[in-house]
Parts: sequence; structure tokens; C-alpha cells
Amino acid sequence: MNSRLRHAVAAALFGSLGLTTLVACGEDSGSSGGSGSKTVKLVSHDSFAASKAVLKEFTRQTGYKVQVLPGGDAGAAVNQAILSKSHPQGDVFFGVDNTLLSRALDNDLFTPYQAKGLDKVPAALQLDAAEHRVTPVDFGDICVNYDRKYFADKKLAPPKTLDDLTKPAYKNLLVTENAATSSPGLAFLLGTAARYGDDGWQGYWKKLRANGVEVVDGWEQAYYDRFSGSAGGAKGDRPLVVSYASSPPAEVVDAKPRPEQAPTGVATGTCFRQVEFAGLLKGASNTKGGKALLDFLLTKRFQEDVPLNMYVNPAREDAKLPELFAKYGVKIADSATLDPRKIAKNRDQWVKAWSSLVL
Amino acid sequence: MVLARPVKRRERPAAAPEAAKERPGRLRGAALRLALMAVPAAFFALFFVYPVAAIVTRGLRIDGQWRLGRIGDVLTDPAVLDILWFTGWQAAASTALTLAVALPGAYVFARFDFPGKRLLRAVVTVPFVLPTVVAGSAFLALLGHGGLLDSLWGVRLDTSVWAILLAHVFFNYAVVVRTVGGLWAQLDPRQEEAARVLGASRLAAWRRVTLPALAPAVAAAALMVFLFTFTSFGVIQILGGPRYATLEVAIYRETAQLLDLPTAAVLTLVQFAAVAAVLALHAWTVRRREGALKLVAPEQTARRPQGAAQWALLWGVLAVVALLILLPLAVLVERSLDAPGGYGLDYYRALQSVADSGGTYFVAPMDAVWNSLRYAAVATVFAVAVGGLAAAALTRKAGRLVRGFDALLMLPLGTSAVTVGFGFLIALDEPPLDLRASWILVPLAQALVGVPFVVRTMLPVLRAVDHRLREAAAVLGASPLRAWREVDLPLVARALGVAAGFAFAVSLGEFGATVFIARPDHPTLPVAVARFLGRAGQLNYGQAMALSTILMLVCAGSLLVLERIRTDRSGEF
Repeated sequence: MNSRLRHAVAAALFGSLGLTTLVACGEDSGSSGGSGSKTVKLVSHDSFAASKAVLKEFTRQTGYKVQVLPGGDAGAAVNQAILSKSHPQGDVFFGVDNTLLSRALDNDLFTPYQAKGLDKVPAALQLDAAEHRVTPVDFGDICVNYDRKYFADKKLAPPKTLDDLTKPAYKNLLVTENAATSSPGLAFLLGTAARYGDDGWQGYWKKLRANGVEVVDGWEQAYYDRFSGSAGGAKGDRPLVVSYASSPPAEVVDAKPRPEQAPTGVATGTCFRQVEFAGLLKGASNTKGGKALLDFLLTKRFQEDVPLNMYVNPAREDAKLPELFAKYGVKIADSATLDPRKIAKNRDQWVKAWSSLVL
Repeated sequence: MVLARPVKRRERPAAAPEAAKERPGRLRGAALRLALMAVPAAFFALFFVYPVAAIVTRGLRIDGQWRLGRIGDVLTDPAVLDILWFTGWQAAASTALTLAVALPGAYVFARFDFPGKRLLRAVVTVPFVLPTVVAGSAFLALLGHGGLLDSLWGVRLDTSVWAILLAHVFFNYAVVVRTVGGLWAQLDPRQEEAARVLGASRLAAWRRVTLPALAPAVAAAALMVFLFTFTSFGVIQILGGPRYATLEVAIYRETAQLLDLPTAAVLTLVQFAAVAAVLALHAWTVRRREGALKLVAPEQTARRPQGAAQWALLWGVLAVVALLILLPLAVLVERSLDAPGGYGLDYYRALQSVADSGGTYFVAPMDAVWNSLRYAAVATVFAVAVGGLAAAALTRKAGRLVRGFDALLMLPLGTSAVTVGFGFLIALDEPPLDLRASWILVPLAQALVGVPFVVRTMLPVLRAVDHRLREAAAVLGASPLRAWREVDLPLVARALGVAAGFAFAVSLGEFGATVFIARPDHPTLPVAVARFLGRAGQLNYGQAMALSTILMLVCAGSLLVLERIRTDRSGEF
């Protein structure tokens, strides 16, 4: 009998634990849910981040509260938005980049809206300037990073350009990501397509392969397990990795005291530019709030918050970069770009060709 | 065992009234079974069949017309056939290897008493919940470049199939130890001893007595390992490199990256067909073997090892566990402590302060621990309720309908997480069922994966319960419910604990679907780990490792608590 009593207690405990959870979570979603006019729902990918204070500022200015809804990685988030466009998850979508822009626009995802502050954004970033279906919010570059110590020890100049990477001096040094599964991997492939053209890029990759490029599946494996310059993770064996131009500042952000120089550098002639956009979703339940949020994304307050949260550059020219970026980051002057329509047209066949060529 | 007393049959005057009595009884049994099945069936129809059907339909039905021609196109694509072949054989090989490595472990955990056994049993379950990104990285540290094998013997196994197979053993060891060991511990050793007294050799006694009794549990474990490895995703990507792909990887790519829904739909159907074939095979092999067994309390069967052979077995199993499971886990712990200024708790401290400093995340990562626990608790309640009812309904041998239901319950294990995640999104999007912004989606998706474990752990034990006990109870006047409570429940309490532990662990570790539906301000532990790992910088990496270590501790701790509940109740045996 005693044990049955204990059983009952355990069951009751378990049950009440579940119940409290229900109540707790229920309350929570009750306060922020609903299609009420005081909440703006922002659908984004899992790297979206912003300071609490900045989001509070938005609420203070406009009275709207931001609720962020998830969507997996950047590609998955866009696809989710397309699949659910008849009943959009939220009001604003943030995080479609130039490699996916055409897919989003062809699927008629957005309602045109010209956000305030767009005049402060360079024309090069405004890829939908004619219709304003999307608003550029930030940009970043995918570049080859190098391990400073390795090249200093070997008394070897680090590579600067894509051509350099095929030279014998850099044999078996580069690790990159699978273009079929990784966003930086795809960007690097697109960068070579932009640089060498439709006919030339396959020849370049043949040379790169002959020079011992290693392909791993994701950025985490490339950067943390194989790259020798990252402080975290295993001590990798490759001093060159395809990563972000903002990776060097990220390497020193928590170092105390900050070193003179980041332990890694960027090969500035290997970059491909990614621009991230936001747009007002068609069928949004809170159009007014969505427009206010788009305006807010381009305010100086939000723009200056962007670098340290998402490790990308603000789209606004007059947004001040934090000291960390100013000191350890590099400005990439001649990042490669490709017309989003061209990317949309070719990307699947390029990735297929690349896979059979390199893997 | 109060009810084991022989029950006197009442003398019946004639045969005819007895037959007349039989029919309403059977009808009542069928009605009861249908009633038991109602909740699980509704749950699955709503949260599995409907969402998955919605996404498959979206792929195959374009502009109101079925485009079944796509099926032929995809199935004749040599690249797809390659993927299918690789998926199948690596799963079969992984399952065989896991059984070979883990069955001795199941025996040792079931039959031997040794210090730290309970802790170790919880620890071997830890890999099960670890995000594959993290565990894969730990494996690389042992098998890859500059790893232990490399520095000792110059052997590198990364990007080879062996790395994949070993990692699958690492992840699924606990499935075999818990599923098989759970039943093994309750098998009465005296039956085997009786066979030996009657002159059977040790091997023959084991083969003729123990093995047949264990077969359903072994088959259930093999089935789950097979399904898990058949749909392997992260392990293949990290350890196999980009050259290997399973169907799961292909489905993810087509759905989440290429948005080629028709191809994804066909691949999903192919995966269903393969899983259904495996389930049919499983059902066919198991059906004839399941029978009533004499179950005893596990405490009665375990004892200290005796003789050199038993000690050698124990040490052998411990060595395998240490090498294959503890070592990779130790790598993670070591990395979580390896701060720039020497070993310390820096990363753990940083976890607490992230929220106020940058606000990079909406919540302090420690909150992710609470989110995970709450989600997993709710998911466990769902899974145990749904799975328990289903197992109760499936206990009695029954017709095709019930067997089909059994198979249906297993399908979520063989379904791509991205299919479920996307399916939720496009199916549960209209009132009255607009759950997209609701937190409940997370435990629902997690429970889907937990239910098969509950059913498969409970079913062999439930079927092993001697039906004469129930009949005896009925004869003594107990209602079916009371008979179940007094006869079945005490005997399956242990299995229920195992099942709840599994459901909890699976929910804790679920990543594939959760990442699509967990709100960013309420990340679970695996989701938070992935967020940290997605960024450059030593602190981010260290915090990812620290959170992974916390995930391990939370998992091991919860399992220990669950086991405690379980053993406290064993007095009923």
C-alpha cells in the first residue's frame, strides 16, 4: 500500500509539473500572442538577434511589441515563408539574402513598402530599388580567412586572391564547406562563378581540387574542427578556411585584454557579398505595425546594434561601426556580386555540377 | 505475487451457456481496445498523418492535379538509387554492430550488480540526447586528424564509413541496453537454471530458454536502432563528410534548401515504404515469438559476478563503454573547461551573464535548461499517455487493423524531422488549429518521436504478462480496468519507467523539428547549443561546450530521478 501511495505521489508530481508548465507557457503566449494590433510578428532565421534595449526602444516609440518567430536556417526560413504564404506566420520577414531573393520575389511573398531611411542606404545594396518589395538591412562578406601564426611561422605571405589559392605554395591548406548544404559554401562557389564566369568557374575548381582543397559539410566543422586559426574547438590542420569577413573581430571580442591584432586575417580578394533584406509579408495581419518595424530596422539605433548581434555590417552608410569592428575588421572594397536572377536561374545546376566535380 | 495463487475454476453445468458467455466478452474486449486506441489514433491523425500528408500533397498535387509521374522520375534517378542503397546498408550494418557491441552490455546491466551501475546506466543514455553536431565533433577529436587514434597509431577514420558506424553505436548503445536489458533483468533465471539441471549445456540453455524469451525485446531494439540510423542526419554529415548522404539528408536538402517539394515528397514516400517494409519484417519475426513469460523483480536476478569469466565479461563491457561512450563525452567536458587562462569554469560563468551584456540572445542561456525541462516534461506526459494507451490496446493479439496501427505509431521515427516541422507549419495554420505561434508545437513534435519508444518498450513486457493472471482477476470479479491496474500495471511499472525515461531523453535531445518551431525567445538546450556553435569566437565555442555538458548532466540527472521512482515501486513485485 505504501508503495502505491508513493506511486500516486509520483504521478501527481509529474502531472502537476506538466500542468504548471501548461499554465506558465499558456500565460506567456497569451500575453504576446493573438492578432492584436499591439504585436508585430517578425519571422526570421535562427541567427536573428537584437539587443533587448533596442527592441524596447521600438515598443516605446511605436507602442508595438515585437514577437520573433523561428524558421530554421536562412534557406529553410525563406522556404517556410513561401510554403505558408496563404496564411503568413507573421507580419515582417527578415533574413532573405541575395542568393535567395529571386525565389522569394518570384513567389510574390512581399507587399511593396518604401521604408524611411532608405535614402541613407547605398544604391549597390538596393537590389529591388524599382519596386521596394524588400528593404536591405545589412550585408556581410564571405571570404577566405587565414591563420596569421601559421603563415608567420612559415614565413609565407598569406593568399590574397582566388588565383593565389591554386598556387603550389598553398597546397593542401584550404578547407571549405559543401555548397549544397552550407550557406558560406554556396557563397564561395557563387564568388568563383562571379569571378570566372559561367564557363570558367569549373576550371578554377578543378585547379583548386588539384591543389588539395578539402570540403566538409558545414561551417562549424570547417571553422572549429579543421581550421587552425580558431581558438575554440580542436586544433585544426588547415590554416585557410572559407568563413566570414567578420570572423576575426569575433575571435577577439571576448579576449581580455584585447590583442593588437586578431589571430586570423581575411584574404580580401576572395570575397562574395551577401545582402540581407526584410519585407512586409503579403496577408500580414498587422500591416501598420509591420511598416513601423521596417522603418525601425533602418533607424540608426537598430543599424548600429546590428554588428555586435549578428556580425554583419549595417546597410546604412551613416551608421557608426563599433570599435571592435573598426579595429579588427576589414573593409572589403571589391567583393564579388551576382545578379539575384542569375543566381536563381543557375544555382541548382551549379551546385550539381560542383558536387560531381569536387566531391 | 498475490494473484499467482491457483484459481479454482467453477464447475459449469454445460458447454452451451459457456459459449454464449464468451461472445459478449470478446465484443467487450474489442470495444475496450477501440476505446483505448481512440486517443492515440486521434493524436496521430492530427499531429502526424495530417501534417505529413499536407506537405506530401503540396509536392505531388500541383494546380489541382496529381503529378504522380514525378515518382517514376525520381525513382529512376541513379543518384537517388545510390542514396537509397547507402541509407539501407549503413543502417543494417550499424544495427548489427550496435547489437553486437551492446547485447553483452545489456546482459551485464541486467544480471550483474556492481558499484555505480545505476549512474553508468544513466550515463550511457546521455549520447542519445546530445546534438549530433556536438557529439560528432567529439568523435572527430578521437578519430579524426590529430585525434587519439591518429597520434597513437596514425589511423584516421573520419570521412570513412567506420566513423559513421561507430558513432551510430555510440548514439544507440542505450537503446539496446535499456530495451533488452529491461526485459532481461525481469526474466526468471531459474528457468535457465532448470534447463541446466536437466542437462543442457550453458550455451544450449541460453539459446533455448533465454534467447527465445528475449527475442521480442531484441527485435524491438534492433527495429529502433535501424530506424534511427536509417534516418541518420547529423552523424552522416559531420563524420561522413559531404560524400555520403542518406535519404534524410536528401529530404532536408530538397525541402529546406532547394524547395523542390515534388522530389522531397517522393523521397518521403520512399522512406515510408522502406520503413513500412522493415516494420512488416519486424512484425512477422516477432509475432510468433511473443508469449507469456514469468517476470520477476529485477533485484532478484542481479548479483555480483562470480568466476573469472563473469568478471572478464563485466570488465570487457566496462572497457567498451569507457572507450566508446565515456571518452567522447569526456572530450566535450574537457573542452567546456578549457578556458583561455587555463582550466576553469569561465564558460559556465559566461552563460549566466550573456543576457545582460550583449543581448545577443533573448534569454540567458541557462533559461534554455528550464525551457528544455519543461518542454520535455510535457512531451513525456503526452508520449507516455499516448504510447501507454496504444500499447495497452495492442497488447492482445489482434487483426490487421491493430497491426497497421502498431506500424503507424512507429512511422514518426522513420520520418524526416524537416517534413514534420514544415508539415506542422502548413497544416496547423488555420483556426481552430492555428498552433504556429504556440509553444505546444514543440512538445507535440517531441512526443511524436517519444511515442514509438514508449510503445516498443512497453509492448514486449505487456505481452509477456501472463493472460491467465488477468483472467483470474476477472474470474474473481475485477473489472477490466481494475484487472489492468492490479495485474498489468505493477508488472509493467518498470517498463513504464524505462519508457518515460526514453521519452524524456528523446524530447530533451530533439533538434531537427524543434529548431523550426521553438520560439527564439524560448530555445531548448540543443537549439541554444547550435546557436552558439554557429558563431565564430572562442567564448561562443566554449559556451556551446558548456551548454552541452549541462545538457548531459540534465539528461543523466533526470534519468537517475526517473530510475529512482521506478525502483521505489519495485516492492510490488
